[in-house]
Amino acid sequence: MSASARWLWRMPRISVQKRREPLTSKQGFMLMLSAIAVGIILGGLLFSLVGVSPLYAYGKILQGSFGSPQGWKEIGRKCIPLMMAGVGLVIAFKAVFWNIGAEGQMLVGAVGATWIALSFKQAPAWVLLPSMFGCGLALGAAFCVIPAILRSKFNVNEVITTLMLNYVAMQLVSYLIDGPWKGKTQHGYPYTDPFVEAARIPRIPGTFIHYPTLIIGVVACVLLYYFMKRTRAGYEIKVTGYSPRAAEYAGISYVKTLLVVALISGGLAGIAGVGEVAGVHGRLMYPYYISGGYGFTAIIVAWLARLHPAGVIVSSIFVSAVLVGGDAMRLRVPLASVNIFTGLILLLLVSTEILRTHYVKVTWGEPTRPS
Amino acid sequence: MASEGFVAKVRRKLVDALSLLGGERPTKALVGPTQDIGDTVLEAKGLRKVFPGVVANDGVDLTVRAGEIHALLGENGAGKTTLVKILYGVYTPDEGEIVLGGRPVKIGSPRDARDLGIGMVHQHFMLSEANTVAENVALGLPEGRMLFPEKEIRQRIQDFSGVYGLRIDPEAKVWQLSAGEKQKIEILKALLARARLLILDEPTAVLTPLETEELFSALRLMAKQGKAVIFITHKLDEVMSLADRVTVLRKGRVVGNVKTSETDRRQLANLMVGVDLVPSKKAVAQAGELVLEVAALSVIGDRGNEACRGIAFNLSAGEILGVAGVAGNGQRELVEAVAGIRRVASGCVRILGRDITNHGPRAVANLGVAYIPEDRLGMGIVPDMSVKENLVLRKYWQPEFSRGMLLHEGAVDVYAGEMMDAYQIMTPSSDTVARKLSGGNIQRLILARETSGRPRLIIASHPTSGLDVKATSEIRAKLLRAAGDGSAILLDSEDLEEIFELSDRIAVIVRGQFVGMVPRAEATLEEIGLLMGGATG
Repeated sequence: MSASARWLWRMPRISVQKRREPLTSKQGFMLMLSAIAVGIILGGLLFSLVGVSPLYAYGKILQGSFGSPQGWKEIGRKCIPLMMAGVGLVIAFKAVFWNIGAEGQMLVGAVGATWIALSFKQAPAWVLLPSMFGCGLALGAAFCVIPAILRSKFNVNEVITTLMLNYVAMQLVSYLIDGPWKGKTQHGYPYTDPFVEAARIPRIPGTFIHYPTLIIGVVACVLLYYFMKRTRAGYEIKVTGYSPRAAEYAGISYVKTLLVVALISGGLAGIAGVGEVAGVHGRLMYPYYISGGYGFTAIIVAWLARLHPAGVIVSSIFVSAVLVGGDAMRLRVPLASVNIFTGLILLLLVSTEILRTHYVKVTWGEPTRPS
Repeated sequence: MASEGFVAKVRRKLVDALSLLGGERPTKALVGPTQDIGDTVLEAKGLRKVFPGVVANDGVDLTVRAGEIHALLGENGAGKTTLVKILYGVYTPDEGEIVLGGRPVKIGSPRDARDLGIGMVHQHFMLSEANTVAENVALGLPEGRMLFPEKEIRQRIQDFSGVYGLRIDPEAKVWQLSAGEKQKIEILKALLARARLLILDEPTAVLTPLETEELFSALRLMAKQGKAVIFITHKLDEVMSLADRVTVLRKGRVVGNVKTSETDRRQLANLMVGVDLVPSKKAVAQAGELVLEVAALSVIGDRGNEACRGIAFNLSAGEILGVAGVAGNGQRELVEAVAGIRRVASGCVRILGRDITNHGPRAVANLGVAYIPEDRLGMGIVPDMSVKENLVLRKYWQPEFSRGMLLHEGAVDVYAGEMMDAYQIMTPSSDTVARKLSGGNIQRLILARETSGRPRLIIASHPTSGLDVKATSEIRAKLLRAAGDGSAILLDSEDLEEIFELSDRIAVIVRGQFVGMVPRAEATLEEIGLLMGGATG
């Protein structure tokens, strides 16, 4: 047998195997830090390749996010929709309902708020704002209930339906802003007219942080933590997610549980959309300006929080910081390399999650010869 | 090499490459092609394997000779499976060495083990369900090939199955086959890979009595031809009837190594558990109130087949009805229909006079019906939730544990504490995730939850399968006590011994129909076995 053939046998076999004991939370934290470290090293290589000193790049990123008031303001603004949509997704994922449609649910929430804002211009703020939130919540929830019913009654894959409904929502917004709701004062641009002052969510002066939405978000995270821990519905969601067969055995209705999950998950995404349209932009505009990919990034937020509702508060701020740091770099290095860097960090964080419960084993093709 | 011309060199390389594709890898087996009966095939010395928190194997010695059937006997958690997984290269030992055919070896992976002539039949089969028997066998061959050698494989399967009486259709898709047939494929795979040492992990757990006999005669034949066989079991009968030598493990250590001809069941049982077994026997039940009435019940199975047809029986308080049958004859569908988790196609189920047909599992549970499901980990508990959360899985909605929309955590804590004491559930705390408990403790948890409230009816599916001797006798005693306290019990078990030990009446189910209903006092093992096998009686 020739050497080349023997080399062929000696190809390593890589397999992923389950750990007997998952990592402790301390080890898990170290794993997370190492993932970030690896991301930073790889990102540094990347920046060197495009001709920017890694030290300079990271200095700018730090300065642009945590290191400057402007950075903090941006983090505060971006974490609001991420927190709101993210905590909703935590509940959905706990029930193993893979809601990929937070983006669309945000958009229909924004549509609901816009409808109220444009229709009742005379109403005072204390009537207007709560009804905008209510309407956004209801529409976002309804938009998520459709795939939930299809899933629980007819076993239709919710990944497909929630994903596709995103496009429905985008087209709906595009139609509205270029059709019936097209603003008269917008010089032909496809925007609605600006909201009246009473229909705008107050902000911390000098920032885009619409604090009422932020408060709702934090309260939602804390309340949902107790909801999952203390209530019968939370218990039913957990059982359904961990073991559908055990849920059946306990007589838990799958249809009812998924309905509750969809109402929470879609409703919170809807509120996030209300916040963007009434807290940041003050009018309905291009779908991507409103939802801005937050609905998809919220999936990462939920995952990084390890499906812990209160953990979303931390993970949403962290993910915002990564995004803001990336934005701060954009003026100095090619845009694509910054996007690759933020993507790299998040990808590493999400993909190393599996190492908490599994490990990678490499074996070589040939057994060791006897001595 | 210097004299070798370029053309010759290229040709040699080509031949090498082709022979590799063709699978003519030189055999690397370290055991000689022929081994004489009595030769030591495998010798393990001082094996030690530690998992976080558990010493699974501690200084284990094992010697296996050619032509010998060697039983590994021990309770659940005694370390039997860990030991064979070390021998098969799944785990690497922390200490100790393995000598194969006189030479020390390192077995780094199952493929190494197969190359060294060790074959293993796992408890859970490693087969590709969507493929045919022949395709699965080809996958297991030592030589990987580019093309599928269909004719050859079929021929080899037929050759081997003829020799050992392991008849199987090479063209059948695996998912169509019974557990017994799947096991035959696994054995054939090992034999075709030229295994000289065959390891079987609890091979009889999934077999019918007839299939067990078939397996045993095949194993005896293999031993006669000089192969060595290791088989894991916790059934004493099997050790006595099949094995030549037995190694008994307890808590990771070898506590005995004897020839079966020089020992008896009682000694082995003592070695295994460390105490004498006291068989319990049920007193004849007094006819009580009618609890369960099943009439003309038909149930559709998972594959759309009619799994139960026209089943009818009554069950009274204090009475135990054992349902005996070969696996897959409709007993699972029957108990699931009675428990309310499977739709009834026609017929009716009445509990305590109330028609609960298709009213769902919660309506049934609220009538005081306990259900101990067959699939403990998949259905009986939620492995990722805590012990206390699992203890209220089928009662959390009751007023005792609920305050409006909230769970009454205090009440759950108190209840969990009481249950852990009363049923001796060994767990660090009630907040421990149930996945971490041993099999016996998981079953105790289920039993605590289901039987603690004096249920009117207990539906028990395979209540002791896979449990060790101590947990088994304890759980059987609990069921007997429950019957004594007035519970009616519907018992579905694959263990005929268990059915005979517990039941007042024995119903035999074949292809979804009851073919016999015999009072235990009048039943014999032979009669029930014949009925199960489809003999008209």
